[in-house]
Amino acid sequence: MIELKNLCKTFTQKNGQPFKAVDNVNLTVNEGEICVLLGPSGCGKTTTMKMINRLIDPSSGKVLINGEDTAGIDTVTLRRNIGYVIQQIGLFPNMTIEDNIMVVPRMLGWDKKKCRERARELMGMVALDPDRFLSRYPREMSGGQQQRIGVIRALAADAPVLLMDEPFGAVDPINREQIQNEFLQMQRQLGKTVMLVSHDIDEAIKLGDRIAVFRQGKLVQIDTADALLAQPADDFVASFLGQDRTLKRLLLVQAGEVADMQETLTATLDTPLSNAFTVMDDADLRHLTVVDETGKPLGYVRRKDVRGAAGVCADKLQPISIASGENENLRIVLSKLYEHNLTWMPVVDAHGRYSGEVSQDYIARYLNSGRTHRSMLVA
Amino acid sequence: METINDTFLYVIHNVPFILGLTVQHLRLVGIAVALAVVLGVPLGIVIVRFKWLAGVVLSLTTLVLTIPAIALFGLMIPLFSMIGQGIGAVPAITAAFLYSLLPIVRNTHTALTQLDAGVREAGRGIGLTFWQRLKWVELPLAVPLIFGGIRTAVVLNIGVMAIAAIVGAGGLGTLILHGISQSDIRKLIAGAVIVSVLAVVMDQVLLKLQRVLTPKGIR
Repeated sequence: MIELKNLCKTFTQKNGQPFKAVDNVNLTVNEGEICVLLGPSGCGKTTTMKMINRLIDPSSGKVLINGEDTAGIDTVTLRRNIGYVIQQIGLFPNMTIEDNIMVVPRMLGWDKKKCRERARELMGMVALDPDRFLSRYPREMSGGQQQRIGVIRALAADAPVLLMDEPFGAVDPINREQIQNEFLQMQRQLGKTVMLVSHDIDEAIKLGDRIAVFRQGKLVQIDTADALLAQPADDFVASFLGQDRTLKRLLLVQAGEVADMQETLTATLDTPLSNAFTVMDDADLRHLTVVDETGKPLGYVRRKDVRGAAGVCADKLQPISIASGENENLRIVLSKLYEHNLTWMPVVDAHGRYSGEVSQDYIARYLNSGRTHRSMLVA
Repeated sequence: METINDTFLYVIHNVPFILGLTVQHLRLVGIAVALAVVLGVPLGIVIVRFKWLAGVVLSLTTLVLTIPAIALFGLMIPLFSMIGQGIGAVPAITAAFLYSLLPIVRNTHTALTQLDAGVREAGRGIGLTFWQRLKWVELPLAVPLIFGGIRTAVVLNIGVMAIAAIVGAGGLGTLILHGISQSDIRKLIAGAVIVSVLAVVMDQVLLKLQRVLTPKGIR
């Protein structure tokens, strides 16, 4: 856990005037949580972070890590127990990848065998082949690979706290997306207490359990991404989050979550149309998905086609043009709905089996409610 | 054409003598530059750590380099006479040592201050001390630039040392001085050419050494 208490940093400007870069910030990052510090450049977010590992000394206020005041710890010991990732990566070009990763563990006195095993384990976490890469030098790797090494270097000594200063800012968008996903997956296993500085709202939404918005050295609002987007505290936060902030909330909900809250109603090709009509009538549905014996969607029948008709579902089957995967977020789903001019689409699980549907109606209700998606899911 | 032939014949007939002067020449330069490395590299590091010293040290070493060699030797004679070393190797080595300081101190300072900011911040951020950063990261990365300074010093002082013959230090300057005093064009040309060739050869030798000593990751 990281606690900042009344933290201030005042710099003296060239004209001799004092400048409050960080102004009385109080903030707690809970254990196992990713807290994103978000704001425009010069808002004090990086200064705030650097006061935690004392690359910058606070003017006043306290920094506590797991309850211990860091002012009483010497900077070298403090930093060795805090993982640190920066945008410029900062790998040491004269050292091999293995030496780069193992700098801190070696300083902490780990033996060679343990270091070697740890390096291989860490490489596995970011899907880099240790046999191929450990003996290479940084300049022999791509930017994305180097940044992965930057991340695992910070994790090498298994420090409980991780500070990340725009860690994925220098990586191209495709690689960034991938490294972010890998990082989230690692975080799920490792449960580090992470403070991450970013000016990228999409990154903050994706990675942050909570987001702290900074402006001119002050912490303006801290909340979950969904709550922040649904209820920004003031005009500054609202404008920083962007005019399309409502749509950004769609990033936070996966199609599978929406499907999970529905009863799974389906028919098969040989279901009599009268039965299908009864199901739709009872559940107030305008259509019903028809699946095969393994549960994969084959098409659907419409209530208006089925009403009073004889025969089986196969006779009135309408084709399905596209389905959504469970882990696709609603922004992707909505984009596909518009692309194919549909009002709804089925959601399928990893095996291609039908598990529910997402409709434009549902999306509109969710965005309108101003409620967080978790509370919507419970409702 | 005839002069070149004569010079060539002179050199052929005096190989042991000329070789002796060349070795002496290199030895003088070698001692001076080695001393300058021993003092200059740490001085370059110190002025990175204590920034306020940088201006003073760099200005002083620059100032030394602006003194003409002939004047510097002139200054050395009365100074070292006080300890009975007014002429000979001591003033020559001292002068070359002083000339070597600027390229070595400045290149060390430049290499360490112009280091990639990300590398320095990462080093600090993961908890390396100043000396650990220096030993494991910054000095290895500074090798090419520091070596550049050493090469400049060597080339510069092979030339300077040719003048040191006037204070009786020996070396290839002796050949040139003889050439002048005896109006012997052969000795003059031989001396001048060998000094130039020596400078180029030593530069290449040190360049090879620099490549060997540069860490593999930045080669």
